[in-house]
Amino acid sequence: MTSQGQVRRLLSLVPYLREHDGAAMADVARDFGISVKTLRQDLNVLWMCGMPGLTPGDLIDIDMDAVDGEGVIHLSNADYLTRPLRLAADEALALVLALRTLREVAGTGERAAIDRALDKLERAGAGPAASAQASVTVTAAADDVRSRVNDGLRRGRQLDLTYDGGSGGQTTRRTVDPLRVFVLEGYGYLEAWCHSAQGLRTFRLDRIPTVTLTDTPAEAHDVQLKDLSTGWFDTLRDAPVVTLRLQPQAAWVAEYYPVKQVLRHDDGTLDVSLHVRDPAWLDGLLLRLGGGARVLAPAAAGLSAARAAQEALDQYAALRL
Amino acid sequence: MAPRKTERILNLTICLLVSGRYLPKSRIREAVEGYHDLSDAAFERTFERDKDELRALGVPIEVGNFDPLFDDEPGYRIVASEFELPPIDLDPEEASVVGVAARVWQHASMAASTLSAIGKLRAAGMEPDTSQLASLEPSVSATEPAFETLWTSVLDRTRVSFDYRGVLRTLEPWGVTSSKGRWYVIGRDTDRAAVRMFKLARIDGLPTKVSRPGAFAVPDDLDLRRLAQSLAPREPTAEALVALRVGRAPSLRRRARSVPPRQPLPEGFEAFAVGYTEPAALAEEVSGYAADVVVLDPPELRQRVVDLLHAVVRTAQVPAGVEAS
Repeated sequence: MTSQGQVRRLLSLVPYLREHDGAAMADVARDFGISVKTLRQDLNVLWMCGMPGLTPGDLIDIDMDAVDGEGVIHLSNADYLTRPLRLAADEALALVLALRTLREVAGTGERAAIDRALDKLERAGAGPAASAQASVTVTAAADDVRSRVNDGLRRGRQLDLTYDGGSGGQTTRRTVDPLRVFVLEGYGYLEAWCHSAQGLRTFRLDRIPTVTLTDTPAEAHDVQLKDLSTGWFDTLRDAPVVTLRLQPQAAWVAEYYPVKQVLRHDDGTLDVSLHVRDPAWLDGLLLRLGGGARVLAPAAAGLSAARAAQEALDQYAALRL
Repeated sequence: MAPRKTERILNLTICLLVSGRYLPKSRIREAVEGYHDLSDAAFERTFERDKDELRALGVPIEVGNFDPLFDDEPGYRIVASEFELPPIDLDPEEASVVGVAARVWQHASMAASTLSAIGKLRAAGMEPDTSQLASLEPSVSATEPAFETLWTSVLDRTRVSFDYRGVLRTLEPWGVTSSKGRWYVIGRDTDRAAVRMFKLARIDGLPTKVSRPGAFAVPDDLDLRRLAQSLAPREPTAEALVALRVGRAPSLRRRARSVPPRQPLPEGFEAFAVGYTEPAALAEEVSGYAADVVVLDPPELRQRVVDLLHAVVRTAQVPAGVEAS
């Protein structure tokens, strides 16, 4: 932690501790997102600060016996720091963006609360000019779908939904127990126990055209939800690796999908490796790239796309358009 | 010695906050213990740096004359009403959504800024209970290396230059915007004297700050989403007639319009009209569905799809190590 970051935190810590006399070290550390050890170092610094002169009567007083004994904090003699410093531009904008991201997937009630909170933050100095300087768009569901999904989640009810399946390109009907709504890399998702598939499934919200809230209570499931901190790449870690050579016009693949290694050749082609869980997804990609990507390994991975292309060509020939 | 520096800066803040009037530098040097052991030159340097750091945190240090009779030496003060967060009274629902916001950013310094904001709100009495919203996990990441520099340049209005696909561009960055998980920066390209949008993933290396902070003004009516739309692909300008296999290609079907077929279709297909802007983009999408989508009209679009499909077949026939001509 830089001293600038520490100064910033201490200026909030003093009014916070005045408000929460006798707060437990662990609770304070959690509220500020720091370790108990860092909090202890913060208190050591605060203890040496105070009014000019720094005689014992001028210093901020912290009961260190209580800190080291019961693990609680009593702070006094800091009447000049009753309020925190106003929000700086980086804090206001980061918080506003986080709230706007949440708003894109939240239910109707939370949306209203977010709008009120944003309004109050703006009036408290998180100025409208600054908050116009960044925006996040999440590809998520239509309003009615989003609020019904959140209702199911909040009220613990099963959902009946239709889903435009990803690479296979089919619409399916599912009955699911909703477990979580999350946003990852710009898209909103519903994570749920799917009764049709008898397993944990992740549904992209923008691919759920319709959803109904049922009266059936959702069942409890002992399942491990995806760890979001590592992005998609990690969830695919165990999937087979396919290596492609991309022509320059297909180079966007390297920045669009999580690719493992990029080798750039002098002629502008790129070699990339990516994890492929669903062979149908790879077929769709190769077909879309129209020869812009060639499978280097495993050699057989590109054959089904070529077969599908031939089938489509035969169909065009038979139609005599 | 980081703790000593934090102590000194905090004591300086308190000193300027409690004095109530402008304090001259000489008086500050006496009052703040951390300045006692410094030579004249070292004190001048340290005091200037400390002031800069506090201002960077948003601490409003005012400069004025401490004594109206002697206006030769400037004085410094912090006015409490300018320093303090104004009252912000969040109800429990509002507090809980702010609490959830704490876990949104997956980018270290953005997460630190959010946490710091929420620390201030907690210090002002907010006590968020997020237990009702545990099943909501929004996240925003920014993995592009250029993000951090561009973000701070947007905040302090610093001009930047960067290598964009082999060309050096100089930009007054007005704002950053994210769509489908990719970040873009929008601003005035000073060499081209025009508003431009750049994709952060396509910036080579790191941007360089090339001006002092506050070097330009951002338009008052800045609307990033509208600008991003105007600088990105346009509305559909043409319409194609396609046949879709029943139950397939749902995302294409949803933005298409069902039409009566004008010619015999293969068994199990239905006719649709779909709008498009870029023939190449629609051809790629259609090719991705292989035999589930047939382009009926226009013939140029159909030819593009057929060319793509031929290329897929041809590419798969090339043995590894031999390039297609």
